Amino acid sequence: MKKIINDPADVVRESLQGFALAHPDLVTLSLDPLFVARATPTVRGTVAVVSGGGSGHEPLHAGFVGDGMLDAAVPGTVFSSPTPDQVVAAAHAVHAGAGILLVVKNYTGDVLNFETAAELLQADGIEVRTVIVDDDVAVRDSTFTAGRRGVGGTVLLEKIVGAAVARGDDLDTVHALAERVVGVVRSMGVALRPSTVPHSGEPSFTLGEDEMEFGVGIHGEPGRERRAMLPADGIVALLLEAVVTDLPFAAGDRVIVLLNGLGGTPLMELYLAYGSVRGQLESRGITVARSLVGNYVTALEMQGMSITMLQLDDEMMSLWDAPVHTAALRWGV
Amino acid sequence: MTCDAASTVSAIRAAAAAVGEYRSELTALDREIGDGDHGENLARGFSAVLGKLDGDLPGTPGGVLKLVATTLISTVGGASGPLFGTAFLRAATAVGDAAELDGPAVATALAAARDGVVARGKAEPGDKTMVDALGAAVRAAQERAAAGGRPGEVLAAAADAATEAAAATIPMQARKGRASYLGERSIGHPDPGATSTAYILRALAG
Repeated sequence: MKKIINDPADVVRESLQGFALAHPDLVTLSLDPLFVARATPTVRGTVAVVSGGGSGHEPLHAGFVGDGMLDAAVPGTVFSSPTPDQVVAAAHAVHAGAGILLVVKNYTGDVLNFETAAELLQADGIEVRTVIVDDDVAVRDSTFTAGRRGVGGTVLLEKIVGAAVARGDDLDTVHALAERVVGVVRSMGVALRPSTVPHSGEPSFTLGEDEMEFGVGIHGEPGRERRAMLPADGIVALLLEAVVTDLPFAAGDRVIVLLNGLGGTPLMELYLAYGSVRGQLESRGITVARSLVGNYVTALEMQGMSITMLQLDDEMMSLWDAPVHTAALRWGV
Repeated sequence: MTCDAASTVSAIRAAAAAVGEYRSELTALDREIGDGDHGENLARGFSAVLGKLDGDLPGTPGGVLKLVATTLISTVGGASGPLFGTAFLRAATAVGDAAELDGPAVATALAAARDGVVARGKAEPGDKTMVDALGAAVRAAQERAAAGGRPGEVLAAAADAATEAAAATIPMQARKGRASYLGERSIGHPDPGATSTAYILRALAG
């Protein structure tokens, strides 16, 4: 394992210290317990949006803290959820009198810890709603699994919900919008090479030169199947087929596409794949109204990508276009 | 011999030592069907527990168990934090303020721990989780307690059953937790949570 780190046990804290030093206009860092909050207080009387989860997915979540998106982000250790007391402390720090929306990706650990935190906050007299993001179509959603994972859809949801909060929507309205976004967003990913978690030093799985892991998760969890490596157009076709047929997306739909790198794929390849996505969606009669290409929900240095599609209505489109100013997303300001 | 606050502290120290000893093995098991941090997460939690045991100690077994529970919940994260934390918390609640525990009280505490984990994690026997080990442990503990077993004997019976149950998770297909994403590919590996549960019970038994 070769990584630019000091002690593996200090990676998350040291990374966030650097992040806070790089973006003092946007965020403040609490070290004990560990969380990142907006540098400017949440506007009094508006809902505060708090998210979090394992580290190693940067810029998720701290990179999306700022105006028009998250009020606080709570990092766990690498690929492991934060603890309830971190979530509770972050929520108290940003609560502005109108309640807290917790954005939680559907992993057993995240759900359990945020659930516990929500109970503790309610006991403190703070109104809390939770939205569980579960957009990964690679996982069969049934009683035989923990349910679909939350992946790239999280970024789109946090942006749209953050804009709704900025215009003053109340907690129930924001929560209903978040649930509506979850209903129309789908993702699927592929890995060409695994990542190595700093504290273990071993790759999370092994792949041959001619293999790809199709339907991979953002922690290196194996996906639907291992397949023979294909050219970009073939990989995109497989991912789109899975995503499009799931909702399903249909001819005439307007969508946001997030073409997301998992941390180890050059932008050259991501843009190449994006071109392929545009062509293939066009031939399906689906209009890409907005798009985002880059590393937004990563899995350390995993080589690969994911495609997320969100079926837009007019309200979501205007919320997407609303100003945002965070370390990883910025427009309209 | 009964079980008082001091012997509970010794048992917890032994559990922490076992977690340290099996840390790499548990992490390796988790890497096969999860995300490879189970040993690291438990080791972080139990080393924090050891730190707490150096301070002022509660005077009852229940107080010690509660201290373990809150420390695990606030340091482990992942699924293991709330699940093991809930197990110790429910065990603490079950034994109440008693200064000493007999065999039946230990079995009752284990049953409460299992019920708490089932309620939190919503897993059932056969899902390939720590519930498989805990469920078997509780049945064995209750039998041993009913037969007049002392606390150490009750825990030893629980550990034996949990060890067997952990091995029995190998042919199962995971239906809860991150391993469930693997579907059939989770077959052929022991569940890391069931395995750590067995190790911890073995250590608690002394």
